[in-house]
Amino acid sequence: MREESFFRDKLLPISTVVLILIAIWYVAAIFLNAPFERDTAARAGSEIGFSEIVRNTMAQERPVLPAPHQVVAEIWDTTVNKAITSKRSLIYHAWITLSATLVGFGIGAALGVLLAVGIVHNRAMDRSLMPWVIASQTIPILAIAPMIIVVLNAVGIAGLLPKALISTYLSFFPVVVGMVKGLRSPETIQLDLMHTYNASSAQTFWKLRWPSSMPYLFTSLKVAVAISLVGAIVGELPTGAVAGLGARLLAGSYYGQTVQIWAALFMAAALAAVLVMIVGLAHTAVLKRMGAKA
Amino acid sequence: MNLPVLAGAVLFWLAAWALNEWLVRQHFAHPTAANAARFAVPLLFGITILVLWEGIVRGFGIPSVLLPAPSMIWQRLVNSLPTLTADFRQTFLKAVLTGYALGCGLGFVVAILIDRSPFLQKGLLPLGNFVSALPVIGVAPIMVMWFGFDWQSKVAVVVIMTFFPMLVNTVSGLAAASHMERDLMRTYAATWWQTLVKLRLPAAWPFIFNALKINSTLALIGAIVAEFFGTPIVGMGFRISTEVGRMNVDMVWAEIAVAAVAGSAFYGVVALAERAVTFWHPSIRSGRA
Repeated sequence: MREESFFRDKLLPISTVVLILIAIWYVAAIFLNAPFERDTAARAGSEIGFSEIVRNTMAQERPVLPAPHQVVAEIWDTTVNKAITSKRSLIYHAWITLSATLVGFGIGAALGVLLAVGIVHNRAMDRSLMPWVIASQTIPILAIAPMIIVVLNAVGIAGLLPKALISTYLSFFPVVVGMVKGLRSPETIQLDLMHTYNASSAQTFWKLRWPSSMPYLFTSLKVAVAISLVGAIVGELPTGAVAGLGARLLAGSYYGQTVQIWAALFMAAALAAVLVMIVGLAHTAVLKRMGAKA
Repeated sequence: MNLPVLAGAVLFWLAAWALNEWLVRQHFAHPTAANAARFAVPLLFGITILVLWEGIVRGFGIPSVLLPAPSMIWQRLVNSLPTLTADFRQTFLKAVLTGYALGCGLGFVVAILIDRSPFLQKGLLPLGNFVSALPVIGVAPIMVMWFGFDWQSKVAVVVIMTFFPMLVNTVSGLAAASHMERDLMRTYAATWWQTLVKLRLPAAWPFIFNALKINSTLALIGAIVAEFFGTPIVGMGFRISTEVGRMNVDMVWAEIAVAAVAGSAFYGVVALAERAVTFWHPSIRSGRA
């Protein structure tokens, strides 16, 4: 077996694929935006050459598909050039979404762990709850999101909490499933050893089950944090597009601001990437602390 | 406050809980009885939730704008069947099923196509994993702009949402066959194609079905949320968002009930197909024994 090289096996293939995608994007932008240019030219009664079309499609006000550099320019403009407190700042909107995501994720993860502990330690809970935990996820919960928001608004709970609740609902599921699997992952031989030590079930839990569930917990936390971001974004749709990345998407689609939509999308993507990365780093740190290799 | 109703519901809850505790402690000699008990426990739990819900709503006199009672939702559901059927046809039969088939099909085909190029695999796999962590649902407004208000734009959203899980799972599934088995195929002088059909695809089925199951719920969510961004005057997402605006919460719940049943049935069908196709897999064999 040859040595795995970072450059040859990671950087080179990934950057090639990314470059190909960007190239496809530029070509698609030219093709999708060209009809608009031809129409304008026809209306003005003039002919338009190919090179001119290409130049114009790169800098339309409301393109069908904005060129990558337009999106980058918009992101730069709305993050660096605007004050953070300004409503036009993308960082401001990202922060609104991020706070709802984090609150929802926190509650969801805690709830998920608690449920998993209950399911592992109580047979009746296992038999009766588990099928419904699974069934609860076949309900398209994102579809209820607008109702939860509107109803909670009607009761007087507005702002962060309703969005966070949607994130909670979405994120507790992967944690429950992962944790149940993790808490059950110790083998019979290890459980028997604890038994010979005359360990109480609390001791077995803290010294055997809990540590061995850590890899499972972090894997599900990664899924949970990504999905709670989705929950927060969708939760922002029905509030009348006030603030947040979801509101930015909706406002963009109302007014045909495609560049704004794409900028919000990329911001959301970056946010998701950072969140998943943080969980990943915590995972490595915890495993290292527990003395795992690599 | 209506105390007797509330007390009745709580009593029912306690009784059902006790019955469940008793049921899981029983050891039935007859396999049919054991099976029946296994089904009865979650069923009883579900019924308990409905009864408790009804009892709390009636007992505390919660206004139906906030939370309608199950009986009211049921009535609404039965009374507005034609509307619900039309919404179901628009969202589920047109958008979800088409998008699901296209997205999963495309993901599968692309995975087979890049199978012979390790370079492309190394490039596409991390990207695919990355994309599945992204809020892909955000492309919905763009798709609505490109493909119009009707179900075609929802199909596009569903295709994008289901493509990457399928791609990633199929690629890792195709890598699941062990070296020993592949070497055996080589000693038989099997072509790439024969190895694919007779060894690697069968070994990949559990992974592919995993993606199919994930996608079955993703597709429904994608189609419904995409309808929030613009739709003709029919569809489950449309109905939910407009009825919320008109404070007809019971209609919203009826729509959600339809969506939940459709989603569960969809998932169930995929799971049954999995049982039929990957009958040899340990997780399913142990389920039968």
